[in-house]
Amino acid sequence: MHPIIKLVSQRLALGLLLLLGASALIFGLTEALPGDAAQAVLGQSATPEALANLREEMGLDRPALTRYFEWLGGIVQGDLGHSLTNKLDIAESVGGRLGNTLFLAFWAAIISVPLAIFLGLLAVRYRNRWPDKLISAVTLTTISIPEFLIGYVLVYFVAVKLGMFSPLAMINDSMTLGQKLNSIALPVIVLTLVVLAHMMRMTRAAILNVMQSAYVETAELKGLSNFKIIYRHALPNAVAPIVNVVMLNLAYLVVGVVVVEVVFVYPGMGQYLVDHVTKRDVPVVLACGVIFAAIYIGLNMVADIVAILANPRLRHPK
Amino acid sequence: MSDTLLKVRDLKIGATVYPPGEKPHDIEIVHGVSFDLERGKVLGLIGESGAGKSTIGLASMAYGRGGVEITGGEVWVNGRDILKSPHGDIRKLRGGEVTYVSQSAAASFNPAKKIMDQVVEAAVEQKKFSRKEAERRARELFAKLGLPDPDNIGERYPHQVSGGQLQRCMTALALCPEPDLVVFDEPTTALDVTTQIDVLMAIKEAIADTGVGALYITHDLAVVAQVSDDIMVLRMGDMVEYGSTDQIINNPQEGYTQALVSVRSIEHEEKKPTPEPVLSVDGITARYKGLNFDVLHNVNVELHPGQTLAVVGESGSGKSTLARVITGLLPPRDGEITFAGRKLSPNLKGRNREDLRELQMIYQMADVAMNPRQTVGTIIGRPLEFYFGMRGAEKRKRIIELLDEIELGEKFMDRYPAELSGGQKQRVCIARSLAAKPKLIICDEVTSALDPLVADGILKLLLDLQKIEDVAYLFITHDLATVRAISDSIAVMYQGRVVRYGSKSEVLSPPFDDYTDLLLSSVPEMHLGWLEEVVAHRKMESAGN
Repeated sequence: MHPIIKLVSQRLALGLLLLLGASALIFGLTEALPGDAAQAVLGQSATPEALANLREEMGLDRPALTRYFEWLGGIVQGDLGHSLTNKLDIAESVGGRLGNTLFLAFWAAIISVPLAIFLGLLAVRYRNRWPDKLISAVTLTTISIPEFLIGYVLVYFVAVKLGMFSPLAMINDSMTLGQKLNSIALPVIVLTLVVLAHMMRMTRAAILNVMQSAYVETAELKGLSNFKIIYRHALPNAVAPIVNVVMLNLAYLVVGVVVVEVVFVYPGMGQYLVDHVTKRDVPVVLACGVIFAAIYIGLNMVADIVAILANPRLRHPK
Repeated sequence: MSDTLLKVRDLKIGATVYPPGEKPHDIEIVHGVSFDLERGKVLGLIGESGAGKSTIGLASMAYGRGGVEITGGEVWVNGRDILKSPHGDIRKLRGGEVTYVSQSAAASFNPAKKIMDQVVEAAVEQKKFSRKEAERRARELFAKLGLPDPDNIGERYPHQVSGGQLQRCMTALALCPEPDLVVFDEPTTALDVTTQIDVLMAIKEAIADTGVGALYITHDLAVVAQVSDDIMVLRMGDMVEYGSTDQIINNPQEGYTQALVSVRSIEHEEKKPTPEPVLSVDGITARYKGLNFDVLHNVNVELHPGQTLAVVGESGSGKSTLARVITGLLPPRDGEITFAGRKLSPNLKGRNREDLRELQMIYQMADVAMNPRQTVGTIIGRPLEFYFGMRGAEKRKRIIELLDEIELGEKFMDRYPAELSGGQKQRVCIARSLAAKPKLIICDEVTSALDPLVADGILKLLLDLQKIEDVAYLFITHDLATVRAISDSIAVMYQGRVVRYGSKSEVLSPPFDDYTDLLLSSVPEMHLGWLEEVVAHRKMESAGN
């Protein structure tokens, strides 16, 4: 068997195993919290008899392990259970919101990833000169300012003062793509500013590391221009670390957007999760946790696989 | 156009150094060197490390490695002073008029790109040839340089060909744009002797066929004697002697050149084996975890007290693996090791402190074998504490004794490894191993990273110490000159097997087996025309078969 197929299938298997572990951890942690769904429904003043009845009705009196496997079996079949508070099917309510979150993350990634890599290349090309220092200074500033602050500043200056874009990122299915993009422009800018520095710095460091190597000297002695040296000879060898940090940031774009969604009142997963945590809606929290874990593990698995594919020694064995 | 291809006048090169604990400052590393190179001729630049030979070679491309900068003088290529040329002209010069072959082709090829893409890149980029013409030229060069399957080898990635093949690909890379001048920077130093001979011959023929001029940089006078028309001897950035190859080799004027020519002056009388060996290796077979073949096959050797067994072979022959087995780092699959009359545990964990103390090791890379944050005194003192529990004045006295034995003296006690030269570092490592009062020291390529004259000093020291301390050496090396200089018995290894074993006089006298013959005849000899003689001899032999 080709070693790549073997390595990639190993990674896939490992990813699934990790996801199983994560689901057990999430379930176990919510079990360990004081109180349960029955308590949450009936409130603090419920009588023990009422609690016991409800627990029996909800099946909560059975052992945790049984309930875990039931829950897991449901997830595998796409059944995420029902919300405690509004009795709705979680899979249905999550579906649209997850789509919205992915839509936002997608456009933020489309802008931020190429921009970060381009800025990283530019910083290497002019390293230790003013363009490099300027890029570093600006991106480090934007990563250092809390995202809600950037969000409110943008809302005030761009949306209110300049009248561009919408201050609230409300979207619905009846909008055209153009309208949707106009609506999410500000949160996309905020997210881009937040993830840019990390990816750009890593690109710069990874390429500078490769620039020390003898084959870059060979390229210089071939009389190639600086940008060709970086683009043709350094970048292909710096792919693995760059992809790693890009995937980490993509995961952040999906999982970590809670604050930005709240600031812009965006109907995504973050808002949904925050709403239900405050209501102690355990099944929803569980479902969101598993979805976030799956996205996180999935993206990191992609990073691993790309790193394997980027290695010419594995791609073209002797 | 004049016939002078390269004219260097009063070239001065400087660099910024960052010594530990001091402010960075500028030093001069080449102090006003001048020479001429005619079209189609080869000039050899020779000297030890730090002589400035690579720096001068790269200066002919107006290039400075790291913080190196050309500070003065003139470098004329094809009738113009490239140090005064604008940047765009220098880019055209590099890869077009002047090309470069580095010491390590393995590091100088981009691992992520096919060989062909890299070989034709400069020729295409400099608009010397179209991509198609350049590829045709590259295939011709691959054939001329004796590479297997010249039509398709360019489609491979660098890791898919051997080191010797890659070095030839690098030569093709340099010749592909039809340059006027090629700078060869130690192109065969990283190769095994038997491979070196082929690459050397390929380079020499390619130079003759294409009529390019060349600067040939090396520390090995015997090698440069085979390929160059003139030789310039450099030392610490100064020219020592400059003349025709014949004159430098056969009639050197300067003392330093004479020392280089006559290096390896050590005389060592072979000792008779004693009845009781200190180390006997019986039927050792070993493999690394995850490999499905053995790297050592039934190895049997003996070493007698106070004597030296040289284990010689090319890279991949299993000599360092044998050292790992003896030290217990790699438990063998079969066979056993008897040391000082007792059986050694195959595994390092099963050995007691006495086993560890009596079996010491010295490594090739002295700088990475020492903790850079410890002083020489601490480094040498550690085995004294660990094995003998020495403290305070007693320990200090013993450290000074050891420092005197390695001819460094008390003043080195508080220095850090970074403040020592390569030879001094290796001496400290020797002192550290001697501090344990071992019966056997395994020396793994201990002189390979050192310049010839410094290496000579280390070998002399090791022989003197052997007499005083009565310690046995298992000396691993690929260098047959070193083997001649110090061994009492020799084991020749090839592909994990001992193919020839016996006392030095037996092993080095005919009749030889095929491999030992090949190995011995591949060692460059310091006379003109040696390369052609060997190659002609081999052709005759293979025709005779």
